[in-house]
Amino acid sequence: MQAGKPILYSYFRSSCSWRVRIALALKSIDYETIPVNLIKDQGQQFSEEFQALNPMKQVPTLKIDGITISQSLAIIEFLEETRPTPRLLPKDPKKRAQVRMISDTIASGIQPLQNLSVLKQVGQENQLAWAQKVIHTGFDALEQILRSTAGKYCVGDEVSMADLCLVPQVANAERFKVDLTPYPTISRINKTLLALEAFQVSHPCRQPDTPPELRA
Amino acid sequence: MKQVPTLKIDGITISQSLAIIEFLEETRPTPRLLPKDPKKRAQVRMISDTIASGIQPLQNLSVLKQVGQENQLAWAQKVIHTGFDALEQILRSTAGKYCVGDEVSMADLCLVPQVANAERFKVDLTPYPTISRINKTLLALEAFQVSHPCRQPDTPPELRA
Repeated sequence: MQAGKPILYSYFRSSCSWRVRIALALKSIDYETIPVNLIKDQGQQFSEEFQALNPMKQVPTLKIDGITISQSLAIIEFLEETRPTPRLLPKDPKKRAQVRMISDTIASGIQPLQNLSVLKQVGQENQLAWAQKVIHTGFDALEQILRSTAGKYCVGDEVSMADLCLVPQVANAERFKVDLTPYPTISRINKTLLALEAFQVSHPCRQPDTPPELRA
Repeated sequence: MKQVPTLKIDGITISQSLAIIEFLEETRPTPRLLPKDPKKRAQVRMISDTIASGIQPLQNLSVLKQVGQENQLAWAQKVIHTGFDALEQILRSTAGKYCVGDEVSMADLCLVPQVANAERFKVDLTPYPTISRINKTLLALEAFQVSHPCRQPDTPPELRA
């Protein structure tokens, strides 16, 4: 068993890394950040060293309890199972299914289609339109889903893994200039969540690798 | 999301295949689809997510429609190669008989259908001996056979087993 703090390989602006940063903050888990710059040096995620840690060559990756885990939701579910308080998944299996459904809608249905490596492949002149289309399609569905699951937050009135996925995806939407007017439920929940400390300390503008011009 | 699968069960409607599988696991826990140990559970979920977030969505029908017909095959092959390069490496440290150790898990449920996709897109599987071995072992199991695309109610006659 490794001594020392967990280590998170993260990029300040990576929405998937942000999800995990929020989880670590909510569970008051102290950790060290090793920044992986996805743009500099032609992408530090492609280094041999990082590839050995995560063969998918993506962030986030977390070293914790002697193991190395990649994939943000796999990391969050591990944190939930080993540090169960405060909860990030409700007790009731039906509500847990809703949390996972919303999380997967974002983590499989939206984000991968507009991440850096896909955008590189669609070509620079198409990138904005592609990202906007992907996000609109996903948010059209999400807005509808949330209208039946949401209370104060995505599922009822407790913060869950779904909320950890929502906020970073809304930030991506804003970065791609997606008009959020059609999504009042998404916007309301996003605003409520951003007021919470865990969502603030984990914010892209407050990370060790945040460039000075973007720092809060 | 206008996608399949969707399951109506116990009075609710769930979409997203992994959310469905985790619900089934929590409400019908035998036989297990996730190991007991949290570290092995993390490996199962990591492999499942690598496929369900990192490969499949990038080569699904709606994305392929958008890349244009002349580009589709090359796009799908690239996406699958990139993902399988990573998966082969991951599996070399997690796999026993199956993706994680010697028990069938959610990761195996993701692997077999993705290999079928790879074959459909004519991806050369020679660089992926671990993936191929596990896939072959799983296809021999009854659950993987009765659920096969060639044995479904909507399987077209010319593709029926």
